[in-house]
Amino acid sequence: MPDFLLEIGVEEIPDWMIEPALADLKARFEKLLETARLSGEVDWVDATPRRLVLKASGLVESQADSEELITGPPKSAGTGAAQGFARKNATTVDRLGTVSTDKGEYFSFKKQVAGRATAEILSESLPAIVTALYFPKTMYWTGKGGVRFIRPIRWIVALLGDDVVSFEVAGVWSGNTTRGHRILGSKDPVAVKIDGYESVLRSNYVIVKSAERRARIETALGADVQPDPELLTTLVYLTEWPTPIRGAFDAGFLELPKEILSTVMRHHQRYFSVLNPDGGLAPEFVAVTNTDGDPDGLIRQGNERVLRARFNDARFFWQVDQQKKLADRLDDLKKVTFQAKFEKPTYFDKTERVVALAGELASGVTADESAIARGALLAKTDLTTDMVKEFTELQGVVGGLYARAQGESESVAAAIQDHYKPVSMGDSIPRTVEGQIVAMADKLDTLRESFAIGLAPTGSKDPLALRRAAQGLIKILVESGLPIELTAYLGGNHDLKAFLDERMAYYFREVKGFAYDEVNAVLAAPYLSVAGLLERLTAIHEIRNTPDFEPLAASLKRIKNILKQANQLGSDSQPDPALLTDGPERDLAAAASRVARIVMSTPDVKGQLEAIASLRSIVDAFFDKILVNDPVEKIRQNRLALLNSLLTEFSRIADFSEIVPRASETT
Amino acid sequence: MDNFQDTIFKLKRYWADRGAIIQEPYDVEVGAGTMAPETFLRVLGPRPYRVAYVQPSRRPADGRYGENPNRLYKHQQLQVILKPTPADVLEQYLGSLEAIGIDLKKHDIKFEEDNWEAPTLGAWGIGWQVMLDGLEITQFTYFQQCGGIDLELVPAEITYGLERIVAFLQGVDSLYDIQWAPGFKYSDVRLAEEVQFSVYNFEAADVPMLWQGFEMNEKEAQRLIDGFRKAVKAKQSVTRYPVLPAYDHVLKCSHFFNLLDARGAISVTERVGIIARVRKLAVGVADAWVTQQAAAVSKEVA
Repeated sequence: MPDFLLEIGVEEIPDWMIEPALADLKARFEKLLETARLSGEVDWVDATPRRLVLKASGLVESQADSEELITGPPKSAGTGAAQGFARKNATTVDRLGTVSTDKGEYFSFKKQVAGRATAEILSESLPAIVTALYFPKTMYWTGKGGVRFIRPIRWIVALLGDDVVSFEVAGVWSGNTTRGHRILGSKDPVAVKIDGYESVLRSNYVIVKSAERRARIETALGADVQPDPELLTTLVYLTEWPTPIRGAFDAGFLELPKEILSTVMRHHQRYFSVLNPDGGLAPEFVAVTNTDGDPDGLIRQGNERVLRARFNDARFFWQVDQQKKLADRLDDLKKVTFQAKFEKPTYFDKTERVVALAGELASGVTADESAIARGALLAKTDLTTDMVKEFTELQGVVGGLYARAQGESESVAAAIQDHYKPVSMGDSIPRTVEGQIVAMADKLDTLRESFAIGLAPTGSKDPLALRRAAQGLIKILVESGLPIELTAYLGGNHDLKAFLDERMAYYFREVKGFAYDEVNAVLAAPYLSVAGLLERLTAIHEIRNTPDFEPLAASLKRIKNILKQANQLGSDSQPDPALLTDGPERDLAAAASRVARIVMSTPDVKGQLEAIASLRSIVDAFFDKILVNDPVEKIRQNRLALLNSLLTEFSRIADFSEIVPRASETT
Repeated sequence: MDNFQDTIFKLKRYWADRGAIIQEPYDVEVGAGTMAPETFLRVLGPRPYRVAYVQPSRRPADGRYGENPNRLYKHQQLQVILKPTPADVLEQYLGSLEAIGIDLKKHDIKFEEDNWEAPTLGAWGIGWQVMLDGLEITQFTYFQQCGGIDLELVPAEITYGLERIVAFLQGVDSLYDIQWAPGFKYSDVRLAEEVQFSVYNFEAADVPMLWQGFEMNEKEAQRLIDGFRKAVKAKQSVTRYPVLPAYDHVLKCSHFFNLLDARGAISVTERVGIIARVRKLAVGVADAWVTQQAAAVSKEVA
């Protein structure tokens, strides 16, 4: 049962693409193990910037022999045909069998197929697995029409037990030699075996396991370093032998806002910030090098000099920018393109629209309307500052800081500063209602204008980041709890409505962790505010495991199907009490109106759902004893009307027929 | 300590030793070494090529009147083109850093994703910015497309930012303090140019003249491209056709565009259209050049 090791040696892979590529590699290799009947399992996959590695164990030496059933001529064709068939399969007539099919009896033969050697199958299959790995952006390098990959492949290690699995990709033949760290490792290729693979690389200054590199960085960071998990992951995949070093900068730069200093350090230099005990920035930073240390302090000095230049730039920009106030920059926005394809393409145009839209959104909300208007008006003006031109990711933040420095109110400054938030699903929403409104208006405007001219995202292409805008909009609506009826602001665009519904479903599933069926059920019912959906989902999620809920949901689904078949779904006919039969039918009608009243007077969704679920035994009794399709047409119609009113009444919170019972799974 | 010109000599020597032609800077204004015909045109077609040259690169909007220690209107790039790319290109590149006195064992070097794209040239590539102790010293690009054409042989383009590298080597905080030659600082050689061109680019350039310059050159480039197409259609020989002069006019257009941009004379609505106009010319010349090269090859064969 040999082990298997694959190392794809590549020029430096972009850090953020590595983890998805590894998952893909693992899935593809597991699929090969299964379809080719090689048994075994993938022990681990891991990577450095220069190598993607997969280790598996327990593979068979070769596939088990197998049998293949070959169908020959019909029995009716006679002995001659049977002899021919036998000859063709290198056997004799007495070893043939028969199979019977719809068309009659046929001769058959069980052919013994010898299993192929695992090494052979791997050689054959690995090139396709390597070249099929998904990367968001690929290149070719061997010439036009050549293999595409994330960066050029420079070596491949493929070992099954002690032997090389030989194959070629883009002119590179697999072998048993790897490469160490570019600078610290051996200059020549290094031979490896599966046993000791990691230690050979370690002696060449490569830590193969990303978790170990992460731990090595974390241990060295120190308690005063501002935690930054995203930056940490980036650095784990930018290094093969990570060694953090600490540097300092002139405390005089601390007069610049923390946001600017941190951004320069984080985004431009990939440095961790260091905090004082009081939580403010200390004049220090931590850089993670791809070296074994900095005994002479040269690396520290180099990084300090770069940072000094960056901070000097920032200070220079700050001073120059203050010479023209944000409010005086509005006209300059006429020269900044927001989206060239729009009829009104500039940020000035966008500002006018966002101011108007923010006003509309604010109408039903308790908020400082003048701060909203002022915030929306100035929100984009920082795009014309030198600071933002240089540090583009500080858009908004700079506007907020400048607004404060120029005497705008705190509320206005915060609205400007936060209006791009949330920039990711992990980011927080704007901290003030005013900021939330401006942020929503900004995103909604981008969505409305884009959809109005048919610029919806397609597949992986979303150049205007509309998904992110939609996701941000939804997150603000849910988390702020603002009573805003989103559909009223979509300009009647059905594509946009569908797009937002889809993003909403995505948000509740992937971010909030609700099940598919719960999300589908809630989104299929009419709703006013997005915030209300969260309450409904939470209630359904909590109540679905109580004994009555899923059976009742199943009954409602049954009712829906009955009505569908009878073409009565959504009809507005009401049951006639006089036509109800005593017993379960009348009981159901009575219970339904009683529960409807309880639902009406119960403020919380969970209580409403509990009341609805209490109908279970009565609905069950109804279906036990009553035949909906009564021979008397009048009675039948009345029963359908009863079911219809029941379904309509209790589908206001969610369409329960979407719930897929899973009681059987949990037992 | 090496001065500015020593470092340039060493880099040129290094790449000359690896088979590169050492060219001199192109004598038409360009925004980057990529735009010089030694890169833009040579990367097209099936012929291998290796070249290195220093290219003064002008970016009018980047001028800071000589007041900012890290920013220049005109900087010097050392541009290397290796077509096709040798398999050990990154090792060769690291060797060039050693050759100019950087002891890599004592420094931190990282290759960070940075893809390059020049919309006005219809060109893009995949690559990295090379970081040395946190300082970006080189842009490394595997060209994929140029003039809208998929490249037959993939070249590596190595662009060294000379001022930054030398400031690093000399340990100075301002580019103007670089020792250019014994007894001469960078500021002695170039400061007046930075100041005067900043004044001209931002304040003094005559906008109607710039527009006129743009349009004249656009017209001439287009006339030559059209003439080339006509000649091909008429099955006339095009081996002597002035495609290279047409490209000079494209470069002039691009420079006038940059000047107009720095003067704030291009409105939002115009901007996209003007980039498209320059791109159209660049694509036209690239196409003509490829056709002309193919014709020249078939003539050699005949």
